[in-house]
Amino acid sequence: MSTIAQKKGFGGTIWDFLTTVDHKKIAILYLIAGGFFFVVGGLEAVFIRVQLAVPNNDFVSAGAFNQIITMHGTTMIFLAAMPLLFAFMNAVMPLQIGARDVAFPFVNALGFWLFFFGGIFLNLSWFLGGAPDAGWTSYASLAIHSKGHGVDFYVLGLQIAGLGTLIGGINFLVTIINMRAPGMTYMRMPLFTWSTFVASAMILFAFPPLTVGLTLMMFDRLFGANFFEVAMGGNTVIWEHLFWIFGHPEVYILILPAFGIFSEIFAIFSRKRLFGYSSMVFATVLIGFLGFMVWAHHMFTTGLGPVANAIFAVATMAIGVPTGIKIFNWLFTMWGGSVKFTTPMYYAFGFIPSFVCGGVTGIMVATAAADYQYHDTYFVVAHFHYVIVGGVVLAILAATHLWWPKMFGTMLNETLGKITFWFFFIGFHLTFFIQHFLGLWGMPRRVFTYLPGQGFDFSNLISSVGAAFMSIGVLVLLYNIIMTSVKNVKVGNDPWGDGRTLEWSIPSPPPFYNFKQLPLVRGLDAFWLEKMAGKKGMTPAEPLGDIHMPNASFIPFMISLGLFIAAFGAMYHKNHAWGLPVIILGLLVTFGSMFLRSVKDDHGFHIHKEDLVEDNEKGAKA
Amino acid sequence: MQAEEKMTYEKWPAAPEKSTLEAKNKFLGFWLFLGGETTLFASLFATYLALKDKVPSADAALAKDLFDLPLTFVATMLLLTSSLTSVYAMYHMKNFAFKKMMVWLGLTVLLGLGFLGTEVYEFSHYVHTYKHTFTSSAFGSAFYTLVGFHGAHVAFGLCWILSLMIRNSKRGLSLYNAPKFYVASLYWHFIDVVWVFIFTVVYLMGMVG
Amino acid sequence: MTNQQLNSGNPSVDIEYRRRKSAEEMRYQVVSFSLMIFLTLIAFASVAIKGFTSWFTVPFILLLAAVQVVFQLFYFMHMSHKGHEAPQLFLFSGVFVAILTVLTFVTIVWW
Repeated sequence: MSTIAQKKGFGGTIWDFLTTVDHKKIAILYLIAGGFFFVVGGLEAVFIRVQLAVPNNDFVSAGAFNQIITMHGTTMIFLAAMPLLFAFMNAVMPLQIGARDVAFPFVNALGFWLFFFGGIFLNLSWFLGGAPDAGWTSYASLAIHSKGHGVDFYVLGLQIAGLGTLIGGINFLVTIINMRAPGMTYMRMPLFTWSTFVASAMILFAFPPLTVGLTLMMFDRLFGANFFEVAMGGNTVIWEHLFWIFGHPEVYILILPAFGIFSEIFAIFSRKRLFGYSSMVFATVLIGFLGFMVWAHHMFTTGLGPVANAIFAVATMAIGVPTGIKIFNWLFTMWGGSVKFTTPMYYAFGFIPSFVCGGVTGIMVATAAADYQYHDTYFVVAHFHYVIVGGVVLAILAATHLWWPKMFGTMLNETLGKITFWFFFIGFHLTFFIQHFLGLWGMPRRVFTYLPGQGFDFSNLISSVGAAFMSIGVLVLLYNIIMTSVKNVKVGNDPWGDGRTLEWSIPSPPPFYNFKQLPLVRGLDAFWLEKMAGKKGMTPAEPLGDIHMPNASFIPFMISLGLFIAAFGAMYHKNHAWGLPVIILGLLVTFGSMFLRSVKDDHGFHIHKEDLVEDNEKGAKA
Repeated sequence: MQAEEKMTYEKWPAAPEKSTLEAKNKFLGFWLFLGGETTLFASLFATYLALKDKVPSADAALAKDLFDLPLTFVATMLLLTSSLTSVYAMYHMKNFAFKKMMVWLGLTVLLGLGFLGTEVYEFSHYVHTYKHTFTSSAFGSAFYTLVGFHGAHVAFGLCWILSLMIRNSKRGLSLYNAPKFYVASLYWHFIDVVWVFIFTVVYLMGMVG
Repeated sequence: MTNQQLNSGNPSVDIEYRRRKSAEEMRYQVVSFSLMIFLTLIAFASVAIKGFTSWFTVPFILLLAAVQVVFQLFYFMHMSHKGHEAPQLFLFSGVFVAILTVLTFVTIVWW
């Protein structure tokens, strides 16, 4: 083991996390940072609902309201949902395929720190003259005229965070393709791994258009370019297309891992093999493919013409088919199973009707002609919260309970978990169900208040009460996490008792090399098969030998810090003379660190066989 | 096989770019990155095509006024040839001929520098003769962004290959650095692929009108 | 990866074989380079000669570019070799998204 990792004490732990390249620790970093931004985005949501609770409210001003809705959307999508899913992908996916590590541990760490600094940069806007206020889609016609530096924070912060996501995606793809354990064929991979794979592939192709879009916007706002300046020949529809060529795959990047999480949960707690495994894989890949051909359904009212609208409407509805396959497969998994009602299973049960609601309204808004009515009303707000909260957030909460013991070695309290579920679930439907009707009655989205006596008053109040319920649910979860960590009752390899996949065959939390000997995989649900054959653990696929591990490194932090500094320079260079030197300084830090990384040979280190045997004996005694 | 091991001609494997797990990962990861770069450049090309000849006033220069066949031809030949020289370098890498590989890589760098030189000349020519700048029109912004992004890739590739050469000049080939050289050459070919589309879509199609 | 399975057990024979094999491959590379130069010349010539309409020239030079890129990918970047299944899958997926993007921007960018 490296000497740094052995340093104890608070400072040592901090340094350990700042330099770690261990995917399980990076997962914890993602979980903490993503959880923090989830709370920030949640507070913004609460502010929105307080403002809208009663008509003509002046809790926040119109300008502040614009900033809050923009930051709520941006934070929740980029800084909460994505990193929280990345947390579980990092924590679980390498274990599920029986790998000792990810393909690029260094890049993995770099991905986290880029996301982290991008997120911090974006949120610093609150303290430095105002947050972005052009909506999370930041349409160019609005964004290039936004005063102050708000939109600059959006452009630069997301650029940095987006780079992190992109390289994280490449890392997952290579890990899954190259590092599966012996016998782990593609069609034996757990569904969460499959969905990680497809989502990462989508990241690979969807994030570059966002990078380009953000670059163009940055050039326009900060360097005098004219991409979106109509008087100079520019065209703002370019932004809309680039944003949605990224943006629509992005929602599938979020929902596919959520589907993967629920597939695991249904199989584990129905104590039955997932129904229709191969059709599930097929549906996942098909959704990934179709996800790239539907983006213009966000732009039906832009005026692309009836032919384009018709094509994109039909393609959009086609996605309903593989999604339907999945829903039925989950139902059939439970059918005839011996269902155990644990907290994760509560979420999985709640997910199906909620997500189906979101899917049905999805078909409604996909109907181009009808969408002219729904567009820009609360109906759309209700629709996407039903799919994102009802799908992604429920999955994240379920996964938190499901894999908490694997990540931290202790179980979250089940009773508190169920209380969280009921508060959150009831609050969610209370908040968003009524918004369908608000939308149909004509309440426009993104407007900071409404007049009394238009029939909106009571429904908005209900919606706000629902938000309070959800907040209580989250508070109970936080309490649960604190209490669990304080008690810290250690659990064994398979705390749920019904684990099916490889992550449940090793200790909780796993040793930093994951598998002492790589497991031999004999079929789908590898660990379950061994249990059914009466064995305690996996059959090893190799003799005990030295294990090669990567060294910790502080360079990922420095590379990201450099971009963070350069972003400040870029933002202020027009009005302040120090801007340009700061850009150069930041880029020097980044490229200097990259250069240092490439000239310094880093061969990693070996854990010797004897130490592994020793570990074994210690484990047996304890 | 150990990546640090001192290599000899006899021990050198047939595919040194993929003979360790790290090398395999690097190889695949880099190809995936190129897949992503494809959509990155596609977005830039698409933006350029949408904004081509979109200028604020009638007297601003258009694509057909700007571009010049001989200069584009010279740049193209320089970059295409540099692609061949880097193929030669990889050929010698596979044969464990370190010195020869370095010579061919050196030639690649020189040709790349020549290409960058023509590009710098070209840009300054447009700016001074035609007042066609990054900020003069949407067309200008899109043109300089697309071609400049490619130029920045060339510059980055040059720095990359040069630092690999300097770093390894005294240590020879090993299974640790062979994949690095290989991946850098993949990158260089990809830059060439993008240029094929730039000279076709931007320059030749620009001159056709 | 093409010739790794062809081990005779005798290292010096293998190396000799590999040398010839890569020398032969290098000849193909030079041929494909000459073809690429040739295609480039035709592309430039078809623009330099003013006789053709743009309805002919534009598709023609695009086709030449596509052929040339195939040479680059399959020969210079060795995509024709074994062990390039995943690179092919991902590169062509990227090309698919790329074509969709470009198609959109030349058709429905609205005015």
